[in-house]
Parts: sequence; structure tokens; C-alpha cells
Amino acid sequence: MPNATTDVLLAGVGGQGTILAGKVLARAAQLAGRDVKVSEVHGMAQRGGSVVTQVRFGSRVRSPLIAFADVLVAFEQLEGLRWLPRLKAGATVILNRQTIYPLPVLTGAAAYPQGIPAKVRARGFRTVVVDGPVLAVEAGSTKTVNMVLVGALAAALDLPEEAWTLALEELVPTPYREVNLKAFELGRVAGGAGGFLTAEGSLY
Amino acid sequence: MKELLSGNAAIARGAYEAGVTVGTGYPGTPSTEILENLARYPGVYAQWSPNEKVALEVGVGASLAGARVLVAMKHVGVNVAADPLMTLAYTGVNGGLVLVSADDPGMHSSQNEQDNRYLARMAGIPLLEPSDSQEAKDMVGLALDLSETFDTPVMLRTTTRISHSQGLVELGERREPTRRPYKKDVAKYVMVPAHARRRRLVWLERQEALRRYAEECPVNVIIEGGDDLGIVTSGVAYQYALEAFPGATVLKLGLTNPLPSGLLRRFAARVRRLLVVEELEPYLEEQLRAMGLAVEGKNLFPRHGELDPVVVARAHRPNPGSTGVAAQAHEDLPLRPPVLCPGCPHRGVLYVLSRLRLAVMGDIGCYTLGVQPPLSAMDTCLCMGASIGMALGMEKAAPEMAARTVAVIGDSTFFHSGLTGLLDIVYNRGRSTVIILDNGTTAMTGHQDHPGTGRTLLGEEAPRLDLEQVVRGLGVRRVVVVDPYDLAAVRRAVRRELAAPEPSVILARRPCSLTVPPEPAPAVDPAACTGCGNCMRLGCPALALVEKVAVIDAELCRGCGLCRQVCRTGAIKEGDGDRA
Repeated sequence: MPNATTDVLLAGVGGQGTILAGKVLARAAQLAGRDVKVSEVHGMAQRGGSVVTQVRFGSRVRSPLIAFADVLVAFEQLEGLRWLPRLKAGATVILNRQTIYPLPVLTGAAAYPQGIPAKVRARGFRTVVVDGPVLAVEAGSTKTVNMVLVGALAAALDLPEEAWTLALEELVPTPYREVNLKAFELGRVAGGAGGFLTAEGSLY
Repeated sequence: MKELLSGNAAIARGAYEAGVTVGTGYPGTPSTEILENLARYPGVYAQWSPNEKVALEVGVGASLAGARVLVAMKHVGVNVAADPLMTLAYTGVNGGLVLVSADDPGMHSSQNEQDNRYLARMAGIPLLEPSDSQEAKDMVGLALDLSETFDTPVMLRTTTRISHSQGLVELGERREPTRRPYKKDVAKYVMVPAHARRRRLVWLERQEALRRYAEECPVNVIIEGGDDLGIVTSGVAYQYALEAFPGATVLKLGLTNPLPSGLLRRFAARVRRLLVVEELEPYLEEQLRAMGLAVEGKNLFPRHGELDPVVVARAHRPNPGSTGVAAQAHEDLPLRPPVLCPGCPHRGVLYVLSRLRLAVMGDIGCYTLGVQPPLSAMDTCLCMGASIGMALGMEKAAPEMAARTVAVIGDSTFFHSGLTGLLDIVYNRGRSTVIILDNGTTAMTGHQDHPGTGRTLLGEEAPRLDLEQVVRGLGVRRVVVVDPYDLAAVRRAVRRELAAPEPSVILARRPCSLTVPPEPAPAVDPAACTGCGNCMRLGCPALALVEKVAVIDAELCRGCGLCRQVCRTGAIKEGDGDRA
């Protein structure tokens, strides 16, 4: 059984909440009775740099690092593009609509790539574009984008619903629980529908 | 019960379960969370020391007093602690002492990727290498047992992927801490030459005893497979090897100093091809070669950077698991390096240094990020505290450099190893200018306390050392305090102190912006903005130039006001306090 694990990459920018999203996924997998490993990077890289959390689950997980992932959750579009080379053929990409310009782009030293969703699709990945910021506002807080994306991820994985709910309830503190559960639910609907079409939906 | 724990959390748990009552260290990625976790357990005293040398010395004292002790630091921290460590290997311990060295292959947050297995070998102390969180926890207990059995400090070496990866760990009960009585024993603990010569012989005998133990050590295990390929491995590389070489017979070494030569020879004899899979240096490989074993290793695997399952698999499959088109890296993606946060108090000082075109002797901390454009305000970064000695060296070799060289160091780094450098400037009649970026915390590693914060790791109040008094006490007469949010004041202070013919210290004092509430974001008057881009020289992630007009991201902005100060046309005005 060379591949009895499900491998998920959560890529984004330091401060976007990838770590909490990874925690929820890992806990849900553990509650579902799977072996789990999570790998993330702390320290200098967290200061607004590219960050990635790697989550692997299955009957037995060895390496904490993913060779090639089954699912990529891109919290930011450019970071999504950056991790495409580490995906399996036909992998699922959950792409948050959000863009955050890195310093070289802000200072004009580099250009931000255009048409990223189309580029991802062109490589044959199952691509789900999620309008995280809009759904987060609908849920009640701009700070729940990460839970919207976790919801969309839940739609792409085969973990039981109770595991997700329980994990969320354990890991999100009480005053924020309601909005986060709502964000998760909106994300899951969007993920299940293959993405959330906005006024600019035609762009994708 | 199984819990998902990082390697660092597992090490803390292991120390708690093994009856450790004293933990010491200095923060450093990837080791920091070990002590942070240990401090939360009941019945454990844990502290941040000003640096790793002191941390180990405190640990040694606690061990002599009979406690079980854990001392934690990053790999380069062991360099700082190497002085006590090398002789501690002679004296041995009383209560068990485990030194955790958290190495950083790939240099995620470090200035080098030295392989500290060599330091353990140099010290002649047992070295344990866990390959996941469960082993990290278990090996702390084993390390302490070995420490007490063989009367030696023991090194537990992790790497970033062990420290910061999480896995399921079976929790156990705490062994009731016992304290071995302290016994005065000058021949063992007073390392004057006559005693040390005898202890050197004890040390040599201990090497032999440890070698015999290594042959039977329960953490050196064989995972049975075919005879075609045998793999010797340790640490996280073991996990990659299992995935990359299914069907191979694997000798997993949990104890990597000393090596079990008998076991290795028998293992080598039963396989047709022998491969060493190890991260960084050919530490195992060279020793296997010295035993006369035919072995492959660094001819197949890189000696630099981290290994991962793909890098390891490439040794026998050029393009493992390739997804064809997808496997090609996307062309020329803009990089996203870590940056100084919006509102970072370091930015004001670094901006002034950059505009004055000074030679900046840098140090280790968030401010090192100022090396990147557009600030480009850092000439050097070597090790903790180096900025100050290097500034003195510059002016001694080239006296004209004194008027255009500054040392830049953070408050925590200054307490760590800046004091002696400053003493050197005063003593040797230097005139260097030292800027201490005092943000009141150890920011880079996640806001740990230090002697200047007035609080300990356990959350108790502590005397707050006043940097101004400290540097005056070291003999510096010119000490000025400036607000790094006031660019004009910083510029005046830097110019004045560079011109002064004696040592001076500029304390740029403001709390880390992540630790205080934000101020209102300024507002841009688009009609007044000429798009000159002067504000972009600050390198602030909250600022962008969109179609030649400055735009402030009010979500990110902390309201430091620097952009308002550098705006030539007055287009950036005070905000109305309305935060989105």
C-alpha cells in the first residue's frame, strides 16, 4: 500500500490562519480514527512570508512532509501557484479569491501574476475557487476566511461531518464559535457547489 | 490516551513524565516551545536564561543539587554553551541532565545549518535522535536514565521537522521526582589540571562502556525487508527512507553516538548494497567508511538543505511521482520573503541608517529582515552579539570608519551577548556607536521574556533591568533614548553620536507593534499624491503604489506615522481614527 494516506497542503501568507485551519483538519482526522501528522514552520518565516502547513492522515503516516499532495488549499492565489509543482496529477485545488501583494510587487520590483485560476485549471487540477472574504463577511467576521476554506476542504475530503463539528467546537473559543461554524458551513456549501460565483465569477 | 503533539511539546511532556524538576534555555527557533510547554507543568521550575551558556550552567548546578534537568536551545546556541559542555563531559552529573539541541536543516530561521551530531561526538556524550513526536517524548526519559547510569550529560538532537511536526503521542504518568543528595566531590567537580587529567581517563573508560551499551541499545532497531538493499538512517530521514525505499531492510539508529560497530558490521554483511540516508553532513557515513564498510550516501543525497520524501526518492528514481506538466515549477513567481511587520519600531531606525548610507553591523533578530530592499540597511549578520565587536574591529582597522559605522542589536540579543562587546569598546578606547533596538521583548521567536521585561517564564514579576543604567554601568557616558517613530529625532541622534569621539549608545525604545493596540491609519489625499514613491522606501507591507497613488491598507496599518513623515507633498495625513 504505497499510498494509504491523504495529503493536504495549506498554503498562504503568515498571519492568514493556516495554522488553525491545519489544527482543525488534523483534529477532525484524529477524531475519525486516522493516524495524523502535521508539519509547519515557525520563526522568521512567519513575518508576512510564504507559509505552508502540511497535513497527512491515513492508517499509518510516516514522513511528516508531503511528497505530492492530493489537495491544496491556497489561502492566497500566488501561494497557490507556488505549490502546484507539489501536487499529484488531477489533485484538487481550493483557491481563495484573495490576493496579497508581496513586498517585491508592492515596490514595483516584480509583477503579480494575472489569471491564476485559469492557470491552475489549465494544468488539469480540479479547481474550486472560493470567495473567502465575501463568505467570511456573510458569516459575520472578516477573520473567518480560514474557516470558510476549511469548510470548502471538508467538502473535498471523506471525513465524517461529526468529526469536523467536534474539532471546530474544541479548537475555536466560545465567543467566536458561532461565526466560525457559520463560516465553515458557507465554505462547505461553496466547496460542494464547485465554488462560489461572484459578480466577477466569469473571470474564473 | 493519544494526543497530537509537536516534537517540542512531546519533549516537554517527556521531561515532565521522567520527573524533571528544572528546565532552562534561551529562545531560538526551532527549540523555543520546549521550555514554553515545560513551564506549564506543575512541579517543574523552568526559566529563560540570558543566554545558552548560562542556561547550561544553571542546569549543571541543578543537576549537582540532585534534580533531573532539561536544557533546551537551538543548534547555534550549543556553540554558546560549548564551553561548559565540553568540560561537563569530564565531570559528569548528579541528577540526570539532557541537553536538547534543535538543529535547523534548510535554515528556516537560522544563520547556518551546522550538524550538532559532531558536537556530541566531540564532547563524547551519548546522542539520541528521535524520528517523530512519540520517540521525542520517550527519548527524554531514556536520555535521563543514560545520564544517571553512565554519569554523563546526554544530547537529544532534533531537527526542525521533528520539533515542529506533530504526531500522535501516547501520554504516560509522571515518575515521582526524587532528588539525589548533593555530595561534595572535588576530584569530580573541580577541574583543575590534576583532577581533569584523571577525569579525562574516566571519560575514556566511559566511551568504552557506552560503545558496549550501543550494541544492545533498544532504540537501535532493524526493520526487516529484503537483502538487496540495506539502509542505515536516523532522525526524520528514517521516515523519508521508509517511504522512498519500500522493501529495504532498515537499521534505524536512535543512539547515534557512540555507534554500534558490531551491529553495523553484521548489518552490512547481510545486505548486498548499503546506503546511508542522513540529513546534512555525512556523519554516519564517514564513521561507517572508517570501519571499512562499503557504503553509499552523500554521492546520492544532498549535503545541504532539508531532505524530504522527494529528494530521498530521487536517489533511485530521477522524477519520482512526477505529475508531468504540473511538476514544472511556475516561471518567475515573485518571492514572498518574510518582512518587518507594519508598525514595526525597527523600521524607523533602519530607514534612517539606509538614508545616511552607513555601514551597519547587524545582529540576530527581526531587524535582520532590514537587509532586504528597499531598506537594505544591514551590512552583516554573523551571530548573537557580533554587531558590537565587529563595529569596534572596523574602527580599529580603519579609523575613518568610526564616523560611518553603527552596530545594531536588539534588547534580548544585547542581554544575551552584547554586554561583553560593549565592555570591549569602552575598555579599548573605541568610539563606536551602538544602537539598541529596545522593543521590550524577544520578538522573532514569539515574544519571550528576558531580563529587561520584568517578567519570568513562569509569569512571575521580576526586577526589570534598565538598559540605560546597564550601559552606563559598563562605562558608556553618552547614552540617548529616542523614539524610533520620530525619524527626525533618530536622524539627529545618529549623526550626533557618530561625530562624538567616544563610545555612545542610542536606545531606540518602543514596544513591538504586535504587543500593543494599533493607532488610527493615516489617510492619503489622492489629489496631493504625486506618486513619487518616497513612502515606498519604508518597505511597509501596508503601503502600495497603485496607478501612481499611494494606498494604505487600513486592515494592516498600525498607524506608526512613518509614511506621513517621509511624504514630501503632505499627501499622507493623519487619519480620522475610523478603522475598518
